[in-house]
Amino acid sequence: MKARSKRLMLVGGGVALLVAAVALVLSAFQQNLVFFHTPSEVAEGKAPTGKTFRVGGMVEEGSIKREADGLTVSFAITDTAKVIPVSYRGTLPDLFKEGKGAVVQGKLEADGTFRATEVLAKHDENYMPPEAAHAVEQASKAAATVSQ
Amino acid sequence: MNAPERSRSLFRFAAPHNFYPLAGRLAPWFAAAALILTFAGLWLGFFVAPTDATQGQVYRVIFIHVPAAWMSMFIYLVMAFWSAVGLVMNTRLSFVMSQALAPTGAMFCFVALWTGALWGKPTWGAYWVWDARLTSQLLLLFLYFGFIALTRAIEDPRRADRAGAIIALVGAVNVPIIYFSVQWWNTLHQGASVSLTKAPSMATTMLAGMLVMAIAAWMYTIAVVLWRARSMILERERHTEWVGAVLEREAQLKGGRA
Repeated sequence: MKARSKRLMLVGGGVALLVAAVALVLSAFQQNLVFFHTPSEVAEGKAPTGKTFRVGGMVEEGSIKREADGLTVSFAITDTAKVIPVSYRGTLPDLFKEGKGAVVQGKLEADGTFRATEVLAKHDENYMPPEAAHAVEQASKAAATVSQ
Repeated sequence: MNAPERSRSLFRFAAPHNFYPLAGRLAPWFAAAALILTFAGLWLGFFVAPTDATQGQVYRVIFIHVPAAWMSMFIYLVMAFWSAVGLVMNTRLSFVMSQALAPTGAMFCFVALWTGALWGKPTWGAYWVWDARLTSQLLLLFLYFGFIALTRAIEDPRRADRAGAIIALVGAVNVPIIYFSVQWWNTLHQGASVSLTKAPSMATTMLAGMLVMAIAAWMYTIAVVLWRARSMILERERHTEWVGAVLEREAQLKGGRA
């Protein structure tokens, strides 16, 4: 019985130490574990603007503009506080839409525009039939008119 | 007076020669339940559940992806639990259980990654990204492979059991990291639609299909692991009298049928 509780302490203690070590490592690498930076972080200079990095947020409503060549697109990524203008040449994912999430990878130019080499669409964890989505949209529109 | 007797009767099944016939009796029932629930779940998922407003039909991969991902994480925790029990209590069956779980866990982990890649391309625009969720799930697959390889590579079963148990316990730290990665860091992978702390953010029939598939995955795992544990027990206890008796009886049954 005594040997058994000693082994229990050893196993428990080992796992506890390991958890503590991993927690410390993860908190130390916090900056490198994020997949993208928000426009606010970029504005505060927290993003690694010298090299290629990713910016994530919402595609601003009414910001998508297509050039005459049909391939070059410009739009703006926002986290509602700050906005970053993005230009991109290439195909966009199907779910890329105004008012929806997107993550762009590329470099920040001197003039403040973000030249993207890759655009990913980010979708949320809500799943609903189209009729329900339509109802939600109507309801939020109604709520907006009431609050005005 | 009653309580110790009752617990003794349950702990009886920790002995391989008692567990072996019990597992053999239970496994077919779990397999049957798995089969029925899989058909029910796939029918709900593919024919009853509505299309999704943003993703259309492609979201339906969720009915395989999410149950597989849940199962891959849960099996690793169960593996770690049996490994800890084995290390502390020195019970033979605990290590058998943890090693019987590993291949099924690895299979579900692979299915989760594979269906995830197929889902990622049409929605995100990429098969694979190195965000925290995907990377930690890939690490889980490697932990499964490491566990299987290590326990198979060491000849002496007692040493193999112990070495494997350490990997199982160390790797278990990764499971909460996978689960909470979408909350702790910003990732491309979306957050959880179903959790204990909030109402599920999906339509009822979608949720029903996903949960039925999840229970089917549980039933399948239990059935397969019981069968695998049975053959591992036979192999490990092959020098004992009871295994000789079992094999003889089974040979006679087969001979009688033929």
